[in-house]
Amino acid sequence: MSKSPSGSIPRPRRVALFVTCLVDLFRPSVGFAAVKLLEEAGCTVEVPPLQVCCGQPAYNSGDRATTRAIAAQVIEAFEGYEAVVAPSGSCGGMLSHHYPSLFDDDPAMKTRAENLAGRSYELMAFLVDVLGVKKVAARYDGTVTYHDSCSGLRELGVKAQPRRLLATVEGLSVSEMKTPEVCCGFGGTFCVKYPEISNAMVGEKSADISASGAGTLLAGDLGCLMNMAGKLQREGSAVRVRHVAEVLAGMGDLPPIGEPG
Amino acid sequence: MESTARDFNDNVDHALADPNLQDSLSKLKVGFSERRRQAAERLPEFEALRDRARDIKNHALANLDFYLEEFERKVLALGGHVHWAPTAADARRIIGELCQSAGARTVAKSKSMVAEEIALNEHLEALGIAPIETDLGEYIIQLRHEPPSHIIAPAVHLTKDQVADTFLEHHARLGFTRRLTERNDLVAEARQVLRQKFLDADVGLTGANFLVAETGSSMLVTNEGNADLSNTLPRMHIVLASIEKVIPTLEDAAVLLRVLARSATGQESSAYTTLNTGPKREGDLDGPEHYHVVILDNGRSAVLGTEMQEILRCIRCGACMNHCPVYGAIGGHAYGWVYPGPLGAVLTPQLIGVEEAGNLPNASTFCGRCESVCPVRIPLPKLMRHWREREFERHLTPTAVRQGLALWSFVARRPRLYRRLTSLANRVLALFGRAEGRYRALPLASGWTRFRDLPAPPAGGTFHTQWKKRRT
Repeated sequence: MSKSPSGSIPRPRRVALFVTCLVDLFRPSVGFAAVKLLEEAGCTVEVPPLQVCCGQPAYNSGDRATTRAIAAQVIEAFEGYEAVVAPSGSCGGMLSHHYPSLFDDDPAMKTRAENLAGRSYELMAFLVDVLGVKKVAARYDGTVTYHDSCSGLRELGVKAQPRRLLATVEGLSVSEMKTPEVCCGFGGTFCVKYPEISNAMVGEKSADISASGAGTLLAGDLGCLMNMAGKLQREGSAVRVRHVAEVLAGMGDLPPIGEPG
Repeated sequence: MESTARDFNDNVDHALADPNLQDSLSKLKVGFSERRRQAAERLPEFEALRDRARDIKNHALANLDFYLEEFERKVLALGGHVHWAPTAADARRIIGELCQSAGARTVAKSKSMVAEEIALNEHLEALGIAPIETDLGEYIIQLRHEPPSHIIAPAVHLTKDQVADTFLEHHARLGFTRRLTERNDLVAEARQVLRQKFLDADVGLTGANFLVAETGSSMLVTNEGNADLSNTLPRMHIVLASIEKVIPTLEDAAVLLRVLARSATGQESSAYTTLNTGPKREGDLDGPEHYHVVILDNGRSAVLGTEMQEILRCIRCGACMNHCPVYGAIGGHAYGWVYPGPLGAVLTPQLIGVEEAGNLPNASTFCGRCESVCPVRIPLPKLMRHWREREFERHLTPTAVRQGLALWSFVARRPRLYRRLTSLANRVLALFGRAEGRYRALPLASGWTRFRDLPAPPAGGTFHTQWKKRRT
């Protein structure tokens, strides 16, 4: 990583935001929160216009040909940026973990995929591990609980980073669930292919969230957040649901996910 | 065992509506994973041992023919016999003939998932031979005529009350007429009933956790000691094991044992670890006169050299199912065959066909918890994804999914079209969801809205629309 002569403050770098399709469509504020956090950490943020989706719906449905076509499109769109950052562990993991294996029979594309993989990051990990961000200037009054989304946690090791930053938010305290690392039952297309199983899983998750006593649920992946928010709201819960980036960027006064503006 | 994997979705409905099962699962989910976590934390070299365990199994699989032949040579030299069974039917026939040659009326069995795989009990019963399950869990489900729901805890789907009722129903005619309510009393009663059966058995049949090529030993771990009675009291001992159980040396077994019990139950080691090395020798006080090892392939050798080979590393600890949120929601029976959970999601399509078991590798969120605890580091989500790819290639993926995917892919590969359509969808969803902020029902999204609300996007356009405005 590039550092200033003092060795601690990173120089501004040219970062591309991978918005993710769910954020683009359902919760643009997460994207703007990510931009704000990155700019405050000294980055220049660009949003390549030809980006679409990372290809997970095809990848996880076994459609390898489509996945490769979409991956090639993403690789092309993000060529030349120092870093590619996604406010999602699942999409970040797709770029940094899975893309190279799609091109085992195509050395030229594999090299490009590996190159992209090497500069792709999940937002929290990028802020803390790469940019060395230690604190944020934000305030959020209340107790939150944090769900560790599966791909971020297990593929990218995102666990301590969001908690470290949340600890610096004024007025905020964290109350952990019993099992923050257990899947919420979203799983992309899984939640509509096996709705009964998904419902049992998210039902258990919502009970764990409620038992934590927190008034707000945070996580780093919009798919999981929409799943948990939808379940909590169906159950009549008063827990508010937000993306962690929004709270860290001082955008905690926006209407929560699934609440009218 | 007869498969119901094809009826996976019906099995799931049934499982989710079964209060006894849900009660049992709620205990399992916390207990096993917590004990495994503590056991792993107590052993600083645990992660390094997992690497070694993986490497040992990889080496054994890469040289499987050599070690199997070495094992056979050692068993023969000890005075035992080795039988090769290419299919389940072969294994059934061989074991049936062995039992008949011993004039067996009863066979004492210790728990063997391979015996479940080849439906051995049904075959023996058809020959007029009574198989007696001696593992407590297996014994309970045998009384209830149920298949196991977990590979190391076969009756984990039952509550204590259900076991009490089962014992009263079956033991009353043996003089045990009081309905027991305490766990220890239930165990004691089973022990009394089973003890006589051990003494009466003509043949003892056990599975094997490992076959050690260097010594010709079969190795078995239990917590009840039932295997030791199964293999020492009867005149004939039959070991039934599948080909991938062979490992090179006792030293290797020691490494694998260290990760096995910790991963399975959180124990440092199982209560009993038994090595069987040939029949009773001159001067031995006890042991079987006849010692046979039946080695089953049943489709496994076809996995060697393929992208699925890694599943053959499995040492059957059950950690993947203990940590699987899908298994935790639906239990083992819903998977429809011998091996449930992530292990079954990969192995079952291989052994009984992906046409039959195609749902299994799809019913996963790819949360990755199984892989994170697997003692031999099997990349279970990756292998499940391979199955999905094979299903897709062979047009076994449901039509609705294929069509939806084709439409989505058409749009996703045309960024400008995608942008226009998402922008439209965003505006429509925002407009009609404005009052409540979410949808309780939505056409084409019933899979989602049946159980949860769908958050509506706020007004103002997609991220890309807003970003463009901000920059101009």
